[in-house]
Amino acid sequence: MQTFLRNPHLRRFGISFLVMELVALMTGPPGSTQTPTAGFRGSFFEASSFYGLFRTQRWVVFLALAVVVFAIWSGWLTQGSVIRTTTSKALTYPRAVTQRKPVRWSLLGVALIVALLLPRIVDDAFWHSAMTEQIGVFVLLATGLNVVVGFAGLLDLGYVAFYAIGAYTTAWITGSLPTPAPFHGHFDPFVAIPVAIVIVMVAGILLGAPTLRLRGDYLAIVTLGFGEIVTIFANNLYGITGGSQGSGPIPHPVLHVGPLHYVWSLKPVPYYYLLLVFLVIFLIAFSLLEHSRIGRAWTAIREDEVAAESVGINPLKYKVMAFAIGASTAGFAGVVTASQSNNVFPSSFTLQSSINILVLVIFGGMGSIFGVVVGAIIIQVAYSYLLHTPPQGYQSADLYMYLGALLVLMMIFRPSGLIPSRRRQREMVLSKAGEGHMDEVLTGDTP
Amino acid sequence: MGAFGHYLSGHFATFRLEFWSLFVGGVANGFLYGMIAVGYTLVYGVLRLINFAHSEIFMSGGFAGYFVMKALIGNSVPSGAATVFLIIVGIVVGGTAGALVATLLERVAYRPLRRRNAPKLAYLISAIGASYFLFNLAGKEFGRYSISMPQPYINHPVFHIFGAAVQLYYVVIFIAGVVMLFALDRVVATTKLGRSIRAVAQDAETASLMGVNIDRTIALTFIVGGALGGAAGFLFGLGTGVVYTMGFVPALKAFTAAVLGGIGNLRGAMIGGLLLGVVESLSVVFVQAAYIDVIAFGILVAVLLFRPTGILGERLGRAA
Amino acid sequence: MSDLIFNVDSVTLRFGGVVSLNDVSLHQKRGEILAVIGPNGAGKTSLFNSLTGVYQPQEGSIFFTNREGKVISIIGKKAHRVASAGVARTFQASRMFSALTTFENVKIGAESHRGIGVIGAMVKGPRTRRGERHSDERTEELLKFVGLYDKANVISSSLSYGDRRRLEIARGLATDPQVLLLDEPAAGTNPAEKIQLTELIRKVRDEMGVSILLIEHDMKLVMALAERLYVLNFGSVIAEGSPEAIRSNPVVIEAYLGSSDDESEKSPS
Repeated sequence: MQTFLRNPHLRRFGISFLVMELVALMTGPPGSTQTPTAGFRGSFFEASSFYGLFRTQRWVVFLALAVVVFAIWSGWLTQGSVIRTTTSKALTYPRAVTQRKPVRWSLLGVALIVALLLPRIVDDAFWHSAMTEQIGVFVLLATGLNVVVGFAGLLDLGYVAFYAIGAYTTAWITGSLPTPAPFHGHFDPFVAIPVAIVIVMVAGILLGAPTLRLRGDYLAIVTLGFGEIVTIFANNLYGITGGSQGSGPIPHPVLHVGPLHYVWSLKPVPYYYLLLVFLVIFLIAFSLLEHSRIGRAWTAIREDEVAAESVGINPLKYKVMAFAIGASTAGFAGVVTASQSNNVFPSSFTLQSSINILVLVIFGGMGSIFGVVVGAIIIQVAYSYLLHTPPQGYQSADLYMYLGALLVLMMIFRPSGLIPSRRRQREMVLSKAGEGHMDEVLTGDTP
Repeated sequence: MGAFGHYLSGHFATFRLEFWSLFVGGVANGFLYGMIAVGYTLVYGVLRLINFAHSEIFMSGGFAGYFVMKALIGNSVPSGAATVFLIIVGIVVGGTAGALVATLLERVAYRPLRRRNAPKLAYLISAIGASYFLFNLAGKEFGRYSISMPQPYINHPVFHIFGAAVQLYYVVIFIAGVVMLFALDRVVATTKLGRSIRAVAQDAETASLMGVNIDRTIALTFIVGGALGGAAGFLFGLGTGVVYTMGFVPALKAFTAAVLGGIGNLRGAMIGGLLLGVVESLSVVFVQAAYIDVIAFGILVAVLLFRPTGILGERLGRAA
Repeated sequence: MSDLIFNVDSVTLRFGGVVSLNDVSLHQKRGEILAVIGPNGAGKTSLFNSLTGVYQPQEGSIFFTNREGKVISIIGKKAHRVASAGVARTFQASRMFSALTTFENVKIGAESHRGIGVIGAMVKGPRTRRGERHSDERTEELLKFVGLYDKANVISSSLSYGDRRRLEIARGLATDPQVLLLDEPAAGTNPAEKIQLTELIRKVRDEMGVSILLIEHDMKLVMALAERLYVLNFGSVIAEGSPEAIRSNPVVIEAYLGSSDDESEKSPS
């Protein structure tokens, strides 16, 4: 019996079967506490047609899919070890195609043109607001978090707190909060941009300076708690934040610089372009940063903090810097969101969103700016699509379930992400080979 | 100054009045925190990482307990022997669910990473993902609103201590908590499993050279920690009801308790849990209820910054 | 102005109840190649870690003369401050930034003591460009100096043991140090690499004027290089003097022969 159960083919099939039936459950109808079996019954025993080929119960459909997965898996293994070839490739120096300069620049150029024309190409009210509120803002947030998680290797689970502070700062200085605004308010949201960035940066430094000495896992918990506290305060300080009812209305920005005159309104597309301009600026800045001495110092600290200190790098200083840069990006995103949506609500700044942003970074590839942008776009487009045309049984909160599963799968199968940063990929390969000291950075296993 | 003094003296008057009843509630919470915290500490001992998905082990125990109570109690009002039986069944079922989820978690989210010697960051992310997956799956299957658990008894004051009534619910928690934590302490201190856990905690490499089966020990550690977490989930749900997000806040506090006692230190986690429960409960007098969670978090940050090794110091091997 | 680069006076370092260094005093003159030898567990690496700010001894004083000729105390300073003051080191099990190239590894050393301009880095301003160019030149220079120039674009984890030592030395030198601390540089290298390494270390002192303090098990290398030796045993200095004097010191012979077997083959004879 034991040997039978240990049969690799049976095991593989068993895993495929369980995974596919889990997918059946995930994609099935929801249940409730009163009818706890409704979800299970609907997921497994409801009749379903498989592309009109045959009509049968769902679990059989997913059994068929499991057979397919099993076949692919088995075939893939006999193909020889794909993993080994990719890992050794990560260690050789020659650049991949996308790393070649002319190719890369023309790719970026095309991407930028597509981004500029996108509101024309996809001329649809839903998608206009989706590409602003869901895609644009979240790409920006992911890019900022990438500096913290990807470049500096710090797991920040309360990132959305800085986003919230940015949004509330905007509400505050435009005179939209119950609490009195400085200089009687009535500032334009454009003024809020530098103010919010500075305030958020200070918040980042205040939180970071004491806590960034902590080991990585402790830091994760502390930032998580910080995120929760910001939400608690936003929800309960009625006199200051307006409480859970939120606060508003926040005015739209107005631009009067030289010959340029523009008044933003509720329409999302102008905000899309505003975001795009700043996104390009942030992307260029971060990419220069990555290849500057600061980026190299972050890599050094991430890989071996002790060795980094031995060449005179102050780890705390660089970590705080990453934290502050990431925070200020979120702060800026907060300004845009607040003025675009006209209101601030504590419910927009939950732990769920923090994890959501983290998934964007992990999925795209920690430390890879290009990867993070692409990954964020893919996930946010999928999210918006599911919101727009939900499949049967899908509830919008189910998204987090899929994102959670995605995180686990990424860590098991592709920890360095969809489009990995070369440095990160090498680190993952090296840690597999037992080289490098990355773990000590995280756990601080110093004597 | 005068106004503030007045404010304080007013609060101290309430404090004196309410002290014992708050204390009793705090100890009950403390036992729950302790039962969750030992799960963090055990896993930390053998894997050197914080099991971010422990909150979902707790949650699964709550739901399992809810369903079994609902099936067994129906519309009846149990008493006497039936109550004792139901509570024991609830704890066992909650614990089993917790152990099961913990095992799955270890197999799916941790073991593959251990196989390829992944960096710690990968474990954290994988655990966060697993936690998100689990509680949102629970939300999908069981609905996203809180529901109270069918009661296996009519809650009433059993006895008084310094004028403070001690509810039956608290008595259940005290007894269950003392029995389970004591049993765990003995298991880790005296049994072969306990010896393996301590050996792996002290030095996994040497332990494996001495013939300890690391994989098995880690799996069993998850089961033990999961069982206590699941049981705590049932007990918590008995008083507060169950909802898919129920794990988050108690687990964060239990983690604080584990750090407070010295992470990796079993008795530390128990003491840390009790201490946190009591401090938190007493602070109700001074801050609004909405900010209670802030206090636990403040304690966590303070401990991490000023005494990261906790009250009793780190390391599992040394504790028991 | 002191001609002592290191002035270590009665340093005691304890971990819990374990005394790792007991009343250790040590002096190193500027430009000297000094070696610390002793059996395993004698406290050599603890001494290094105390000199570089990684450990904080409970008693005694450690003074260091920095670039400006000012005498500063090491105790109480963080490791990165000590490194910036002019103390460079290598590690026993070499620690490189293994996912980076040889060039990047050294460059990190070369640029670590310049001020950080975040805004400058983000817009790649003229100062940043100048800094980059300067670090690039310095890195190339050092790679040529240690003989790794042809491996500049290799991922550092694929270097041989001998090359890793060179890389660590180059990275240390890039910080423009007054003294270079070498923790068992010959460990894991083959005889040919050992000879090259000996030459390189001497060249560092002769051409760059950097003082050398080394810990080593390999007696041949120590005797060939060091101008003066300290012998540590059980956390205490048991002898000090020229290689010849140490070789014939009965206390030292006793300490080595009395220790574990694998030491005896390397013991002075």
